[in-house]
Amino acid sequence: MLLDPFEKIIANLPYGDGFKFVDHILEMDDNHVIGVYRFRESEYFYKHHFLHNPVTPGVILIECMAQIGLACLGTYLNKDEKESLNFVFTESHVVFNSIVKPGTAVIVSARKEYFRFGKLKCVVKMIDENEQKIAEGWVSGMIITSE
Amino acid sequence: MKKEEIENRLHNIVKVYLPQDVNSKDIQPDSHLMQDLGINSAHLVDIALDVEDAFDITLDEKDMEEMQTVSDSVHIVLRKLES
Repeated sequence: MLLDPFEKIIANLPYGDGFKFVDHILEMDDNHVIGVYRFRESEYFYKHHFLHNPVTPGVILIECMAQIGLACLGTYLNKDEKESLNFVFTESHVVFNSIVKPGTAVIVSARKEYFRFGKLKCVVKMIDENEQKIAEGWVSGMIITSE
Repeated sequence: MKKEEIENRLHNIVKVYLPQDVNSKDIQPDSHLMQDLGINSAHLVDIALDVEDAFDITLDEKDMEEMQTVSDSVHIVLRKLES
């Protein structure tokens, strides 16, 4: 069965299952993306963060926003490029409003601020399944041409 | 616009993106943005976009490649403003 174009982008992201924080893309065009991820109870970091009180680490929430807002949208924006591209995460500024417990599904929306000279900057927002705001801010990344 | 005015505006744009261990006094005409001032390639894009806004010009890939030192940047702006 052929994958739809968004599923294909997720399937080809360069992350292993233990570090891929995108399940589905709900919407995506040249200017925005909306993606979802459900933090499984079995994620390895819950055993350690925190001891006897599992909470999703803030850095993982930033990673989730970067995977959807930069890796997915960046791949989409470069879909006509023939050569394979490598992305690096270059910057972020994120404010957290609430915590994410195991089993929570988060919805990340990202709006492109610019994509110029190989750099993508997006304004991002994360909400949970009850539409409570988890975090907002901006992230940016760059294409690195492999030598 | 006078060259000094362009230099002043560029100085103010560049200093925003300096790493913590570089002082804004270190911004000299012959300073290499990446090698001397420690600006990374992601911030170089921000500088280019701020320069576009500040002088109401558009930069292309070739301009980006030429934009190595502070004075290179001044010359690019001068050239764009004259054309």
